[in-house]
Amino acid sequence: MKSPILKLGPNLIVSLNSEMTDSDLLELQAVLVAEVGRFRSKGVILEVTTLEVMDSFAARTLRNLAQAVGLRGAQAVIVGIRPEVALAMVQLGLEQRLSGVHTVLDLEEALGVLNREKAEVDPQ
Amino acid sequence: MTESVRVAIGSDIDIVRARQQVRTLAKEVGFTSSELTLIVTALSELARNIVEYARSGEIILDQICQGTRRGLSITARDGGPGIADIDLAMRDGYSSGKGLGLGLPGTKRLMDDFEITSEVGHGTQVKVTKWTH
Repeated sequence: MKSPILKLGPNLIVSLNSEMTDSDLLELQAVLVAEVGRFRSKGVILEVTTLEVMDSFAARTLRNLAQAVGLRGAQAVIVGIRPEVALAMVQLGLEQRLSGVHTVLDLEEALGVLNREKAEVDPQ
Repeated sequence: MTESVRVAIGSDIDIVRARQQVRTLAKEVGFTSSELTLIVTALSELARNIVEYARSGEIILDQICQGTRRGLSITARDGGPGIADIDLAMRDGYSSGKGLGLGLPGTKRLMDDFEITSEVGHGTQVKVTKWTH
């Protein structure tokens, strides 16, 4: 199941859901990396609040997505990893694989992080 | 003894379907929501191994009872190329595929019991079990 990409000011927001297949995730990755250029976005918010499982494939895709978006001049932030998903990721050994990717608890915090980044780049 | 649930695995859509089925079954067995997540994650890794290395295979889900203990087992079976060196495949960080090299050792950590048998040229079977606590 695909997810719509929402635009909020300089940021793109997308919610990931448990029905997404590996191909959906890869497609989303390609689309987001392209859309960042089209909208000159500064941030990409990946909202995972309803995601019930984060396996090694999903973690790797999100890490690659974050790195590719970074190369295009925007920052990716992962929002709302569920407590039980976080615990499963640690047991699986995924937490280090996502290192370097900003993860926060909620949307408000994500916007805070992105605004701070923007203020540092563009001080006026 | 309840009947086994069989899920044919041949593409990434089947992985999503299998995850939904194991979640329903694990709820019936009475696992907590954190245990459910561990089980679904383990299943996802096993199903993806099938798609990635063997193209197709099947997953068999069984509810099990041992005295007062209840549990759920997941058997992932394929007729793919097999694993030549199981010790190497069980090492963290090793991967011959597109994954992060955490598939098998990671899956073992998520579950209570883990058994693997593989024959080169004939296929692989991984059986994992989680018990309620």
